[in-house]
Amino acid sequence: MKKFWKNANGRLKAGMIITLIFLIIGFVVFYIPHTDPFFNNTYPRKLAPSWEHPLGTTSLGQDIFWLLVEAIHNSLSIGLIVATIGTVAGVLVGLVAGFSGGLTDRILMVITDTFVVIPSLPILVLMTALMRGSSTVILLALVLAMFAWAWPSRQIRSMALSIKERDFIQTAWFSGEGTMQVVVTEILPYALTWSLSNFMNATLNAIASESSLAVLGLSPGNLLSLGNMIQWARDRNAIFAGQWFWIGSPIVATVLLFIGLFLLITGYNDYLQMKRGR
Amino acid sequence: MKFRKYFGLRLVTWALTILIGVTFIFFIPRMFPTDPVENMIGQIQSRSGQMDPQEMAALRKSLRVQFGLEGSLWEQYLAYLWRGLLHFDFGPSLVSFPTPAGEIIATYLPYTLFLSLISTLLAWIIGNAIGLLAGFRKNKRSSKILEGIAICIYPVPYFLVALILQIVFAYLLGWFPLQSNINAMGGTAAYLRSLFRASFLPALSQLLVGTGWWIISMKSLSAATAEEDFVQYARFRGLAERRIGASYVMRNSILTQITALAMSLGGAFNGAIMTEIIFSYPGVGALIQKAILQSDYNMILGCITISIVAISTATLIADLIYPFIDPRIRYS
Repeated sequence: MKKFWKNANGRLKAGMIITLIFLIIGFVVFYIPHTDPFFNNTYPRKLAPSWEHPLGTTSLGQDIFWLLVEAIHNSLSIGLIVATIGTVAGVLVGLVAGFSGGLTDRILMVITDTFVVIPSLPILVLMTALMRGSSTVILLALVLAMFAWAWPSRQIRSMALSIKERDFIQTAWFSGEGTMQVVVTEILPYALTWSLSNFMNATLNAIASESSLAVLGLSPGNLLSLGNMIQWARDRNAIFAGQWFWIGSPIVATVLLFIGLFLLITGYNDYLQMKRGR
Repeated sequence: MKFRKYFGLRLVTWALTILIGVTFIFFIPRMFPTDPVENMIGQIQSRSGQMDPQEMAALRKSLRVQFGLEGSLWEQYLAYLWRGLLHFDFGPSLVSFPTPAGEIIATYLPYTLFLSLISTLLAWIIGNAIGLLAGFRKNKRSSKILEGIAICIYPVPYFLVALILQIVFAYLLGWFPLQSNINAMGGTAAYLRSLFRASFLPALSQLLVGTGWWIISMKSLSAATAEEDFVQYARFRGLAERRIGASYVMRNSILTQITALAMSLGGAFNGAIMTEIIFSYPGVGALIQKAILQSDYNMILGCITISIVAISTATLIADLIYPFIDPRIRYS
């Protein structure tokens, strides 16, 4: 761990610190007992920031700090669920395509390429618009995951193609290991290092898509996410009422979270490249 | 001959992409338990009270025809491909009945294309120019600062950049209107002025995000190219730095960026939709939002079909131009 930190580049370090702060807010601070911020009129309205309410309260009498904490928790959870589904599916499809070759490969790649090129947002809009009213967080995550697998599968496939010919794989074949075993013991470890950056990328994309849908009013209405928090503040005219903590805190948090994740991804990719170079 | 094969292959991929995408948006809604017709009937009932059963059956029947839900799944699919994909006929808009949805989209689409094509191309040019400079002289302080700015803008989703610009420039500073309003009355000059005022902030927010990405990617590309042997050789030959930058580093790294431009169009379109919605810019994005709010499914379906066709076609064009720019292409 110490060595890893010493070898890490500036971006990776900055990204890890920012992301870690968000993870702590979303998964540690979140579990400190607090009043459910979802309900209206738990506190006086439009309070300025104070010790009791670090970011003040909304015009509905909700505590903005705890709204933000829960929004970060929910957005991160959605991002992680979607990224997990997408990465697992992507790795599977990519490995199958890369190793089977021939017609299977062709067909899988046409489908994958379509999903890479197709504009995802309009289709997400169509699906969530149809689910409106009956949509739940799990359904939303599944829908978002449909667009999370294509890019990883493309990358894993090209990785599989290049790795297939390497010596240690040949050695494994000749020493009589079965296909399954070669894939699990020799190739999966490789695929996983690669997939980590795809995983973080998918997390970022999923949070971005969810918040875009929220602005359209298509995210589940009971889901307190960063996007919905921004949208609700806009709906309640927080901008015109000058309630900058209400509208501003989710905006600042989202921007920071995205910058942090992006630094983490590019920093990690650079780190991998440097490691391979040595 | 090889050239023809390359074109043929690209055309097949183009057709397949559209077909798969469109098939997808045809079948997915039909796999959902929600029925748009029942939704509509529920809405109509809540607006105008109870109706007698006979009227209701007639209404249900006519709505099913309007939604293209008559006949077997296969018939519906073929009808949709024939009318929707080949003739851009998606049935009437259910809100502005009986104007066809396709006709309404046709009046909004040029605004979206105008806005997103200009900002995408500008972003590509500006971002690559800055990225080239920053990558070619990567140890200069200004290069690092520029890249830092790009890193802080690019990962932020389009709608958030749009929202921040709206708050700062339209609300706090009051330089631009909060909501885009295009003045169709009062002659060409007034129209153009209002078009410019309405498009400035949406274009700027798309430009910022786009430029950020091209700076980041071009910087790492040109930094890698600048280390290559042929660039070192050019240096030893005593060529001017400018010349090395323009004809050695740029020529070699710009090619990757042209392919990347084709790949980025889908994302840029997503961004255009979100930006339009924040500024109520009268394009396809705002149309989609309105259609969602009013549950106008024919309109939603139409907008999405046309977006898929438009983006695949733009990608195809970029792919077809590529061999004219890269003399080394092997048409594979």
